[in-house]
Amino acid sequence: MGDVTRTPTNLTQGSQTRGGIGESTLRPDGTLKATGEFAYSSDLWHEDMLWGHTLRSPYAHAEIRSIDISEALQQAGVYAVLTYEDLPTEVKNYGLEIQDTPVLAHGRVRHHGEPVALVAADHPETARRAAAKIKVEYAELPVVTDEASATAPDAPLLHPGRDDHHSGHVTHPNIVHRQPIVRGDAEAARTRADVIVSGEYEVGMQDQAFLGPESGLAVPAEDGGVDLYIATQWLHSDLRQIAPVLGLPEEKVRMTLSGVGGAFGGREDLSMQIHACLLALRTGKPVKMVYNRFESFFGHVHRHPAKLWYEHGATRDGKLTHMKCRIVLDGGAYASASPAVVGNASSLSVGPYVIDDVEIEAIALYTNNPPCGAMRGFGAVQACFAYEAQMDRLAAELDLDPVEFRQLNAMSQGTVMPTGQPVDSPAPVAELLRRVKAMPLPPQKQWESAGESADVRALPGGLSNTTHGEGVVRGVGYAVGIKNVGFSEGFDDYSTARVRLEVVNGEPVATVHTAMAEVGQGGVTVHAQIARTELGVTQVTINPADTQVGSAGSTSASRQTYVTGGAVKNSCEAVREKVLEIGRRKFSTYHPAWATAELLLEGGKVVTDGGEVLADLVDVLEDAAIDLELEWRHRPTEPFDLHTGQGQGHVQYSFAAHRAVVEVDTELGLVKVIELACAQDVGKALNPLSVVGQIQGGTTQGLGLAVMEEIVVDPKTSRVRNPSFTDYLIPTILDTPTIPVDVLELADDHAPYGLRGIGEAPTLSSTPAVVAAIRQATGLALARVPVRPEHITGT
Amino acid sequence: MRVNFTVNGRPHEADDVWEGESLLYVLRERLGLPGSKNACEQGECGSCTVRLDGVPVCSCLVAAGQVEGREVVTVEGLADYAKQRAESGGCASGACGNGGTSVGDAQRWQAEPAGTDSQTGEQGELAPIQQAFIDAGAVQCGFCTPGLLVAADELLERNAEPTDADIREALSGNLCRCTGYEKILDAVRLAAARGEAATAGQGA
Repeated sequence: MGDVTRTPTNLTQGSQTRGGIGESTLRPDGTLKATGEFAYSSDLWHEDMLWGHTLRSPYAHAEIRSIDISEALQQAGVYAVLTYEDLPTEVKNYGLEIQDTPVLAHGRVRHHGEPVALVAADHPETARRAAAKIKVEYAELPVVTDEASATAPDAPLLHPGRDDHHSGHVTHPNIVHRQPIVRGDAEAARTRADVIVSGEYEVGMQDQAFLGPESGLAVPAEDGGVDLYIATQWLHSDLRQIAPVLGLPEEKVRMTLSGVGGAFGGREDLSMQIHACLLALRTGKPVKMVYNRFESFFGHVHRHPAKLWYEHGATRDGKLTHMKCRIVLDGGAYASASPAVVGNASSLSVGPYVIDDVEIEAIALYTNNPPCGAMRGFGAVQACFAYEAQMDRLAAELDLDPVEFRQLNAMSQGTVMPTGQPVDSPAPVAELLRRVKAMPLPPQKQWESAGESADVRALPGGLSNTTHGEGVVRGVGYAVGIKNVGFSEGFDDYSTARVRLEVVNGEPVATVHTAMAEVGQGGVTVHAQIARTELGVTQVTINPADTQVGSAGSTSASRQTYVTGGAVKNSCEAVREKVLEIGRRKFSTYHPAWATAELLLEGGKVVTDGGEVLADLVDVLEDAAIDLELEWRHRPTEPFDLHTGQGQGHVQYSFAAHRAVVEVDTELGLVKVIELACAQDVGKALNPLSVVGQIQGGTTQGLGLAVMEEIVVDPKTSRVRNPSFTDYLIPTILDTPTIPVDVLELADDHAPYGLRGIGEAPTLSSTPAVVAAIRQATGLALARVPVRPEHITGT
Repeated sequence: MRVNFTVNGRPHEADDVWEGESLLYVLRERLGLPGSKNACEQGECGSCTVRLDGVPVCSCLVAAGQVEGREVVTVEGLADYAKQRAESGGCASGACGNGGTSVGDAQRWQAEPAGTDSQTGEQGELAPIQQAFIDAGAVQCGFCTPGLLVAADELLERNAEPTDADIREALSGNLCRCTGYEKILDAVRLAAARGEAATAGQGA
């Protein structure tokens, strides 16, 4: 392994950094990232390495009649060409929950871009050119594109002979999972309503668009195993899926996390992991694979596009009576995280409101569209867009202020969710709305204030110079959302942390080793802060994440600070107990407080809770190293009942509210978001700077979904039409407004330090707030995101 | 083919370069300088931004053969570049006010050995813009950071007191997916303010 260059390194923060929890300490990897030295998974290099390339299907649905690799194999510089026939074991599929995804296509491709063959060559261009010489004979099949074509009597089945654990309760084999929720009596409650509002809403397919492409390096090992350096969200989940396909025991697939260039859900599923390992084991050489942006659009799952039908009723005095909804999520060709997305969409479909009488149904379809799975917000994003549009329409019908109407119906601690689960920690929904509304509004027509001539950079259309204010109208919109934190529905959602405390060069040093995927969120920063807080040290080393330590679970579901943070805290506490045991053995005869007082570790010393110093940590430890690896779990959840949806399914809830101010050029349909203010309850901000960064980043992804981001899939062929950053637009710094953030800290007593998972909630309400503002500016209904210029101009 | 050019003040010779290779590929895979990032390789994201004879370019769109005999600065050389600039009077290799660095100035510049200690993550010499990005929390996943640093450094070189609109315009070719850009704006404002303070200090 000595030949691998640019591998992950330990991150050490030295003693000039004091920072425990609650302080905005700086990232331990910040300098490496700012100097270009941080090793991302696409930066790896090995002497004598080959480059892997994937041949993908140009069709969304086709039979593979034959594959001829002979010409590709003859190319100079090509070391291997692999197809389905080369898979080494009987395990030829993988998947997060349902193992329905072929490692390489067998006889049939089910979506545009499905992997068909692999090439390893000595130059990436050689590999690409060789792949182009693989002759695949396809016979196109009719495509399943939506609910009607998926559930038609003669619909082609995406996965005939399904026997997964959802296949028994779905109403059609092209439905991955179905979750109804019934609580109270919606029909009876409906009769009490003075106004009833119903509508259909649609959410387009959003891409995570993380900047670091799928990539990694697989190095064959002398013991027949393989060392894999990889960017992922969950090392152990990858390992569980990779090892059986390779026919290796898990201990022979040693995985190390490389630098991860963002994730946002798009790295929950495998991409090139198994492919690189197969090529490395076949050729006996290290193999690097790096997708380009075009391939990346096919290399990971996307956010489920959704069609949502909602009906709400309310009394004249503004109280919600009932809600009925039906949410249809397009899961695409393979299951990925669809079942869990269905669970979220259904259980959070009512939003952060009190409604006792509900009828809910959510399903995910199998189609020939691109596979969809995890993306930040995970089912709750789609629902939030629809229920918040409904709230504005109800408020308008009742002639009530949209914020006041929401506050009238806002849930609070003690509210019972449609699943029957009481919300047993703070739920300051009305307060968040109050705060976001109380922020000062940006000045009107700020493009005029700059001087005599308008600064077009502040106007819709920007430097395209399409208006100097003519036809520009302003709108303000509000939204609020609810997201669950952690893995739900009975999942054993644990994490593992190994913590070591020892004296190095006369100073106590803590080492934290977890398998947590640092994808940019700042988990490594927080782990160091927790270790300092719990162990009273300043010097903390964060080891690279790998599979030599137990699972940390996924960096998703806003869960890592809660769960792996909780595991680090727990292991630190256990280490502290060992320190105090040693201290008592050595020193209790010198001071009675060793036996009687509550003892803490602070500033490198053992102190009483009264602040009296009992001993120096260095003297307690001497040559001893305390080293503990422990698992930690949050309180358990339970599955939702398959018929009623009842169950204590979620760990924690997270809330954010947004106010959007937009200016719209109504003649051209161009939108400029002027400001996007957010108020969020974070329980406890372990690192305030990072918390605000998460909120602003999530808010911006929601803005993207509101006005620009969509993977366009041809409805006739199910082929992706815009797999590039030229045609799939994400917000630039010019598209992104000022994002003032008001952070509320109401502790959740069930969580470590009272913290609340924060990463996803801001992605929910951002989108509907922006669209509400556009509606207010234009008077248009706008039931679909992203809102495009033609939706505004009607052309 | 063989390409001779200067990177961060040091002459380099790249052999066996295939004609279709980009400057980005040669930097990353042949010269061992992977700081410039490969997020889109189609000129849309700016994560591969380097300076070519002083001008910020997407290195993924520059054919390797085009850089023959020319001067490239990457994120790996940014600290030395900024140091040299400061030593020549807080100005872009003596070229401030003329809209950037002249080719001649760019080619006269020489790098010092890198001073960053990659093990501590806290020491070593950084360009002011690098320090400002770290201090302001502008780095999350960090994949956009190298390109943004090169672009922001070039902005401050030609405009020491940019307005927010100036910053947004100058950085509009650099995509970031993590931060929502607010902390990046903060970082550039911070670097500008520190630069101003330093200049004022010199004057006093």
